[in-house]
Amino acid sequence: MYHSFDAIVVGAGGAGLRAALELGRSGSVAVLTKLYPTRSHTGTAQGGIGAALGNVEEDLWEWHMFDTVKGGDYLTDQDAAEILAREAVDTVYELEHWGLPFDRTSDGKIAQRPFGGHTHHFGKGAVRRSCYAADRTGHMILQTLYQQCLRHSVQFFDEYHVVDLLIQDGVACGVVAYQILTGEFHTFRAKAVLLATGGMGRLFRITSNAHALTGDGPAMALRRGIPLEDMEFFQFHPTGIRKMGILITEAVRGEGGILLNDRGERFMERYSPTLLDLAPRDIVSRAIYLEVRNGLGIGGKDYVHLDATHLGRDVVESKLPDIADFCRTYLGIDPATEPMPVQPTAHYAMGGIPTDTDGRVIVDEKNTALPGLYAAGECACVSVHGANRLGTNSLVDLVVFGRRAGRDMARYVRENDFVALPPEPECEACDEAERLLKGTGQERVADIRQELQDLMMDDVGVFRVEEQIAGALSKIGELKSRYQKVALDDRGQKFNTELLEAIELGYLLDLAEVTAASALARQESRGAHSREDYPERDDDHWLKHTLAYQTGEGVELKYKPVSITRFEPKPRTY
Amino acid sequence: MNVTLRIQRFNPETDSKPHWEEYPLDVEPSDRLLDALHEVKWHHDGTLAFRRSCAHGICGSDAMTINNVNRLACKVLMGDLGARVTVEPLRGFRIVKDLVVDMEPFFEKYRSIKPYFINYDPDPPTERYQSQEERERYDDTTKCILCAACTSSCPSYWGNREFLGPATIVQAHRFIFDSRDQGANERLEVLNDRDGVWRCRTIFNCTGACPREIKVTQAIGEVKKLLLFNRMV
Ligand SMILES: Cc1cc2nc3c(=O)[nH]c(=O)nc-3n(C[C@H](O)[C@H](O)[C@H](O)COP(=O)(O)OP(=O)(O)OC[C@H]3O[C@@H](n4cnc5c(N)ncnc54)[C@H](O)[C@@H]3O)c2cc1C
Ligand code: SF4
Ligand code: FES
Repeated sequence: MYHSFDAIVVGAGGAGLRAALELGRSGSVAVLTKLYPTRSHTGTAQGGIGAALGNVEEDLWEWHMFDTVKGGDYLTDQDAAEILAREAVDTVYELEHWGLPFDRTSDGKIAQRPFGGHTHHFGKGAVRRSCYAADRTGHMILQTLYQQCLRHSVQFFDEYHVVDLLIQDGVACGVVAYQILTGEFHTFRAKAVLLATGGMGRLFRITSNAHALTGDGPAMALRRGIPLEDMEFFQFHPTGIRKMGILITEAVRGEGGILLNDRGERFMERYSPTLLDLAPRDIVSRAIYLEVRNGLGIGGKDYVHLDATHLGRDVVESKLPDIADFCRTYLGIDPATEPMPVQPTAHYAMGGIPTDTDGRVIVDEKNTALPGLYAAGECACVSVHGANRLGTNSLVDLVVFGRRAGRDMARYVRENDFVALPPEPECEACDEAERLLKGTGQERVADIRQELQDLMMDDVGVFRVEEQIAGALSKIGELKSRYQKVALDDRGQKFNTELLEAIELGYLLDLAEVTAASALARQESRGAHSREDYPERDDDHWLKHTLAYQTGEGVELKYKPVSITRFEPKPRTY
Repeated sequence: MNVTLRIQRFNPETDSKPHWEEYPLDVEPSDRLLDALHEVKWHHDGTLAFRRSCAHGICGSDAMTINNVNRLACKVLMGDLGARVTVEPLRGFRIVKDLVVDMEPFFEKYRSIKPYFINYDPDPPTERYQSQEERERYDDTTKCILCAACTSSCPSYWGNREFLGPATIVQAHRFIFDSRDQGANERLEVLNDRDGVWRCRTIFNCTGACPREIKVTQAIGEVKKLLLFNRMV
């Protein structure tokens, strides 16, 4: 089947929907999504969206910008951070105008609470900046944006799994999608394509990310010759429910919760004297690993306690109702009376498809844009989060850069014509699906995926060291050859989710490879990338972004400079 | 612990009607039913089809009928289900394959009540103000994740598939009782119909089924009351 639209948006999370709203006003747009829009993972975001509204105490966007840059360990592009912090304010009001039910202050304004790494006066102490709707802020953002898309009659193709990105003569011209219900391939021709496919946490064994978060957009771009930026920076959130990885929001600590080791010590006092439990996530996650390594995990095991018992039942039930529900459901405990067992969980990809501040995908160190191709949200790298993202800054990223990408796409489709599609646009994707459906080998998708996730968790996780990363890289190569021998049980056309899982595993393998290669090369520790063999940050050699390309001979790495406008790099202490 | 999963299977490409299959499994009591379904799919029979994504009760993908009750597979633990667990697709919807049902009629009804914020005044430069009490008024119904567990558990819906169903009314409630919204009358017009709120017989199945613990029947009652006594202006 063949379709034609001015613009295609791949992904119906916060970023895709925000862009679609911009595009819906100016031309024809279709949103393609492998999940029903309201199932997107933006809906699980709990804590809040950061914006210097100053509703409960003085706050300035400059402080927000500074925190973002410092939080990112100075790898953040400062031109992008400035846009993020400035436009955050306006985009939050915009969400409110669309009906988002924020919690309120006693005088009826949007309520705000503290969050990790957000400070006043350039690091003097924690500031209340996170705008929230109980502990389901992401759910409300997703719902609100979807509702507005319905209002403005944006066209959706739900449960269409995009499997290829079409580029002809260096210009983006559409996508190929697999309709899950029927097993048919569809070609969508477009003048402009936005990739907004979200995260890739399923690279790791323990993750807060949904099963669907397999980095499809970045992997498809990579296979079409586009580099991926800063893939070595993957954030582990310090407080995932033990073993399951389900997120316990930082808002628990924002409301006053504290981390305790086996001796009942508030160990963050030793690692971050100023911000304590509200230090940035990379620092807290490492602290937990070090406590565990020193035998101070609970009962000597691999986890610590997050204690909210002193907050009182009222705060727990009113400000953190979903967290209380998770604890009751999955742990059988009541967080108002018992501490929660937590361990770091793979959470957020700082890296992704490189873009400029208008969401245009760039393909080299000179920031050359690929006409017609855009990316936004977690799958993109603007780079506003640098080496470590601050809590509440992803939701801002979605709406600020989703909006900017949508606006620039609207301009682009007005000014440009359709280009010719490649001949037989569906054939590559069809052939790959055919190969998987007819496979006769002995390998199962689930086994390879499990081995990959274990490998990434253990050897390319919170702490890294050369031999382990190198070992992981070669094992990923072996897993890739085994992937060629995968056989499926389901050879049918309709709702073949086994086939989709196989395709997604192919993406994960490619992403693991560039992640490991980028991590191996970076001989320093910065933000979430922590090399035990190179424990210091090294600005002389490594204050630069990685661009990783997939080539016939493995991964090729190039580097591009960081944009530094206001804040010179300084040591990062909290 | 050893359990037997009894799953209703249907392959549209080969079967004329659904049948049952049993899978003996060794699981942990703390495993989610979703983990057990994955165990089947990943290690025993890759053809098993079901929807899922978030795995912790937030995305609304995996509502199904579990031991005769509608629940999310990711929000119920094996230890709480006994040694024999029956799993069926949601009732009242066309089966697409195994545990996957056709959700289109559900979303079509949802769209019919204008499930979006309506306010005709110009936007103020900052936020619209709303008191904490006003915000609290519609808090409960903002939690809905559109999983369809309620609608599929409703005898009135089984009896008449034209009924808008509880989920749609919950979504309408979220806006009707929001002090900032001005679209109440437009929505009440749709709801004030034989196939709208009046088809609800207050059976309470929906409230029992809701994984978000929304007081669904109460919300429907509040909309009915509004229609009976004081239409909003
Ligand atoms: C548990 C949790 C809590 C969080 N809390 C916060 C918080 O409090 N504050 C904050 O700022 N950030 C938070 N984050 C991070 C933030 O929520 C995410 O980074 C963000 O929501 C990602 O949004 P997105 O629009 O990029 O992608 P998503 O919302 O993940 O959407 C991805 C979309 O792409 C579609 N898609 C993917 N692949 C394909 C394909 N091949 N074909 C078609 N469609 C496809 C999916 O169907 C989906 O619609 C949290 C993250 C998690 C996991
Ligand atoms: S009201 Fe509850 S059961 Fe019904 S769709 Fe919403 S979340 Fe699901
Ligand atoms: S998988 Fe998301 S609700 Fe169960």
